[in-house]
Amino acid sequence: MRAVVTVIGKDTVGILHKVSGICAEFNVNVIEVTQSVLQDMFAMIMLVDISAINSDFSELVDRMTALGNELGLSIHTMHEDIFNSMHSI
Amino acid sequence: MLNVYNILETIRMIQDECLDIRTITMGISLLDCIDTDIDKACEKVYAKIVKKAGNLVAVGQQIEKEYGIPIVNKRISVTPIAMLAAACPDGDVVKFAKALQRAADTCGVNFIGGYSALVHKGFSAGDMALIKSIPEALDVTTNICSSVNIGSTKSGINMDAVKIMGQIVKESAERTADRDCIGPAKLVVFCNAVEDNPFMAGAFHGPGEPDCEIHVGVSGPGVVRAALTKYPDASINELADIIKKTAFKITRMGQLVGARASELLGVPFGIVDLSLAPTPAIGDSVAHIIEEMGLEMCGTHGTTACLAMLNDAVKKGGVMASSTVGGLSGAFIPVSEDAGMIDAAVAGVLSLEKLEAMTAVCSVGLDMIVVPGDIAPETISAIIADEAAIGMVNSKTTAVRLIPAIGRKEGETLEFGGLLGSGPVMPIRDKSAAKFINRGGRIPAPMQSLKN
Repeated sequence: MRAVVTVIGKDTVGILHKVSGICAEFNVNVIEVTQSVLQDMFAMIMLVDISAINSDFSELVDRMTALGNELGLSIHTMHEDIFNSMHSI
Repeated sequence: MLNVYNILETIRMIQDECLDIRTITMGISLLDCIDTDIDKACEKVYAKIVKKAGNLVAVGQQIEKEYGIPIVNKRISVTPIAMLAAACPDGDVVKFAKALQRAADTCGVNFIGGYSALVHKGFSAGDMALIKSIPEALDVTTNICSSVNIGSTKSGINMDAVKIMGQIVKESAERTADRDCIGPAKLVVFCNAVEDNPFMAGAFHGPGEPDCEIHVGVSGPGVVRAALTKYPDASINELADIIKKTAFKITRMGQLVGARASELLGVPFGIVDLSLAPTPAIGDSVAHIIEEMGLEMCGTHGTTACLAMLNDAVKKGGVMASSTVGGLSGAFIPVSEDAGMIDAAVAGVLSLEKLEAMTAVCSVGLDMIVVPGDIAPETISAIIADEAAIGMVNSKTTAVRLIPAIGRKEGETLEFGGLLGSGPVMPIRDKSAAKFINRGGRIPAPMQSLKN
């Protein structure tokens, strides 16, 4: 089972560190990271493996959302199925 | 690996273009709750709904978290209550409405639909009692929806029922005049009602359906409009193609959510209703899609053609995306629930007659239309008869949800709030149809060949 974490917003120091820190805390393995900074805008998409998660997936979602609010970023944590089903036949 | 563009597109659809799952609706059969003692029947109804749907809201919230997609409403549809009322002719039918309300409160759902009767060919035991109790039932409850099917392509139109429903709609508005006439906003009069509709106010769980199942109604007018905006110079068939692709994506999401809900609740998956359901929110309007196609304002000449194309393209895209399509499936045009429709009605561009023509090519019918409070019940009946005739002849579902604005005239507005929005009082013809309506009887079923 995999999930996608997307982070969009103004670039600041330590975003990747904080997001991956939460992943480690939940025993969620980061598989792939794509990141770009255009002018001031930071956009990161992280594919993570949630099969060995040590808590509820919804708690991970809440933590990420809270981090987003704290940093003034928009962080979405969504199960990969939604992307697979919407964009492939 | 997932495509970055696709991921950002999905997030943009949800965040900026109001993409959501309008509803997951659990259909529950109450046929095993029938009892000659109405109080016992009500207890059984309450117990069965709470047993089946106790978890519905929690599961809905879990899925929202999992996929990051809002599920706006969690609803329940039940067997038409007239079937239960038939067994207890001496009881006060409103007790069923109160039992449903109690169940809605316990489960925390937004609506329960199914305070309904199917009388397209005639009245059986329980039907008349239920219909007569509708104004009171909608007055004393807040989350219960009612519907009555008065016609079908196979059996014609029951004009006796049409006549009564005109009176019921008016009475229902009068009883709730102090609450912006909210009563009739929860009451739909159908021709060719479907048994697996997840959308309110017309949802009920038909007698041909299984004991319990999960339906999903998707939304997404904002997404379709945003997709069209990117192609200002495309031809109409190119637009149709864009709409199909967008509808495919929206419906796939509905299919995913429905399958997951069915798995978590241990209940079979019913249908995905392929619909564009607007809300009063900015950017969530079907009228704006039509305007994006090139009309200055929805309701002007060309609207019916645009809507026909839109409705058809939504179905073509959606059918490919889901293994089980059903319900009403199409674009909805509820006036008070659609920011663009409200503007067009206020501007006088969108008339009742144009809306009637639009209903011939799209899902459902004259929906959430506010009419003057002094409208005669026979005039309401005549509007119902007109709309039912369109459904009957075209073998499609049509419905009427009119709200007589008691004490208000043309130019004034009713405010319902929430998903129901607000509607300007629209003008109607002032000549009477009373003699026609008072004749009673039945309009015979139409020819299904020699179609011209």
